[in-house]
Parts: sequence; C-alpha cells; structure tokens
Amino acid sequence: MIFFELFYVFFLIGLFTFGGGYGMIPLIQEQVVARGWIDASSITDFIAISESTPGPFAINIATFVGSQTGGIFGALCATIGVVLPSFIVILIIAVLISRFMKNRFVRGALSGVRPIVLGLIFGTAIVFLIKLIISSSNPQSFTLTSSYRESITIFLMVLGFYLAYRHFKKKSPHPIALLAISALLGIVIFWVL
Amino acid sequence: MISIIERETVEKNRWISQAEMFDILSISESTPGPISVNTATFVGYRVAGFWGSFFSTLGLTLPSFVIILLISFFYKTFLSWTIVQAAFLGIRAGVVILLFDAVLKLKKIVKFTPLTTSLFIVTTSLIVLSFFFDFNLSLGSFKFSLSIILILLGFIIGIIATALKKGELDK
Repeated sequence: MIFFELFYVFFLIGLFTFGGGYGMIPLIQEQVVARGWIDASSITDFIAISESTPGPFAINIATFVGSQTGGIFGALCATIGVVLPSFIVILIIAVLISRFMKNRFVRGALSGVRPIVLGLIFGTAIVFLIKLIISSSNPQSFTLTSSYRESITIFLMVLGFYLAYRHFKKKSPHPIALLAISALLGIVIFWVL
Repeated sequence: MISIIERETVEKNRWISQAEMFDILSISESTPGPISVNTATFVGYRVAGFWGSFFSTLGLTLPSFVIILLISFFYKTFLSWTIVQAAFLGIRAGVVILLFDAVLKLKKIVKFTPLTTSLFIVTTSLIVLSFFFDFNLSLGSFKFSLSIILILLGFIIGIIATALKKGELDK
C-alpha cells in the first residue's frame, strides 16, 4: 500500500539523515527516485523551492513527495515518517540517557559518521555538476530545454558572484540571493533571448 | 532557524538556560533527523514532558507542511509556464553552487585525520561512481542503499577506532 510505503521510506530517510539537510539527497535519489515517485530532475527544483520557503528541508521534501504520490494523506504519512525517528530517539535520550553524549564510544561513532555525511554532500554536488554539464537534468515535462553551453554560462556567472561575495564580505551569500540570481539569468537566457 | 529557536526559548521565554541549550544543540546535531526537529523535541520535553515535546514538534512541522502542500497542488500548472521553466533551468546551476557552499560550511564539523580523510574521500568517490553504476542492493522490498551502508560503516569504523585507541578518534 502506497501510504504505508511512503511512511516506511521516509522513516528510513529520517533515521539515516545526520546533521540535517543536504546529506539526505543521495538517500532520496536511492529510495524515492528509484521507486519512480519523482524524477531525478525534480529534486533539484525542489531544493530551490525548499530554500525559498520556511521550514526544514527534510519536512519540506517529505510533504512534497508524499503529496505528489498520495495526495494530502500521502503527505501526512511521509511527514510523520520523516519526523518520527527524531522524535523517538530524542525522547529516549532526554528520558533515559542524558549522559549519552559523554560516552566515548558514542562520540567515536559520531566522528566516524561526520566525514561520511560531508562526503555524501560533496559527492552529490559533483554529481549535480556532471548532470549540468552533460545536460541530463532537463525534465521530461519541460517544453524548454537547456544545452550544456547555456547551463555552464549561468553556472560560471553565479560562481563569479559567489566568489566575489565571499571575497569581499568574508561570508557566503544567502541561498535565496544565489537562487534569485540564477533564476533571473535563466529567464534572461532561456526566455528573453 | 536554530538561532530563532534559541532566541525564543532561551532569551524570550526563559524555558531553558543557555548552557542547557548548548547541550541540546550538540545532541541534536549528532542524532538522526533534522536538527531543528530534534531541538524542538528536546526543548519541549525539558519544559513540559512528553506532551511538551509532542506539541513543540507538531508546531515546528505544521507551517512547512501547510506551505509545501499548497505549493505541491499548484506545482504542475506552475511548471507549464515557460518563464517558470526558464527560471528553473537557471536555478539548476545555482543549486550546484549551493551544494558546494554547504560542503564548505560543514567542513569545520570534521577533524581531518588520516582515517576521517579517507572516509570522506571514499564516500565522495562512491557517490560519484553511483551516478554511473547502480550499487544498490535490494532485499525484498528493502532497498539497502549506498548511503545507508556508508553511514553504518562510519559508525562501525568510529567505534572500532575508539576501542583500539585510548583517546577519541578526532582529538
């Protein structure tokens, strides 16, 4: 049954997401895209939507995939699924073992997981860059398509903005600013020209 | 988001102390699930027990849920407009930079030792290779995906390294 499967898959995603956010993208590719619930290119669109709306990425993507796959009830099942592992684990820690984090094996295990999570995100970033270059990220539902030349042009322009911002302000630009600039460049290059 | 939680619970409502908040945050960062959900559950429990954690988690989830649900209803219509498609084709390039930026920001949570550096490099390479080859194992309806295996491997290696050494892995 689709509702149970949504719950179960997002429960699994919630359970194996550490440090929140983008570390879960490979897991979503492997579990959600592989089941055909959304196509791979929609994930990129969804990262942009999630960055531009309030709330944690995990909840946003669970609600979105659930709703696209099984309507309101599907969204409910997926969202409860993704939140439940956090809820249970934190309750257990808060009730029973508040000294949990002091244990050296717990700390050791976590220091083994952190470089993995960083690698998951870095690997995802490289895969997304490859997809951009070989233009395999054009969704089937789109009437517009992009060539790699156009995508790379936009990429380099946004990269230029990013590097300049970091150089002068000594911090990263806000995600919404980055996305707004790339959206604007997209409109100029693909729609106006 | 974390700074908002801190402002509302520590400074405005004085539900918990700054030191307690610090502990809660470090646990939230190291347990499965979104950091903000973990923090909300924890603070809710400290303030009002089980129902406290239930309602604080519900409160945190509800706005996202409603907003994204509304967006998902209009998503298909919205994407049929060519101007929106053009914007999203541009955004694909922006998202790549966003991901690299996330790596730069998160880099500081890892202490790079020979062991953690190799874990990082192996994970990155496998994720990139998995774009070209399918590494996922299916056992019945359970998909043993690559990232789950890698996370479990990180746990096991971390525990073994701690058992072998007297000190901590990243200190």
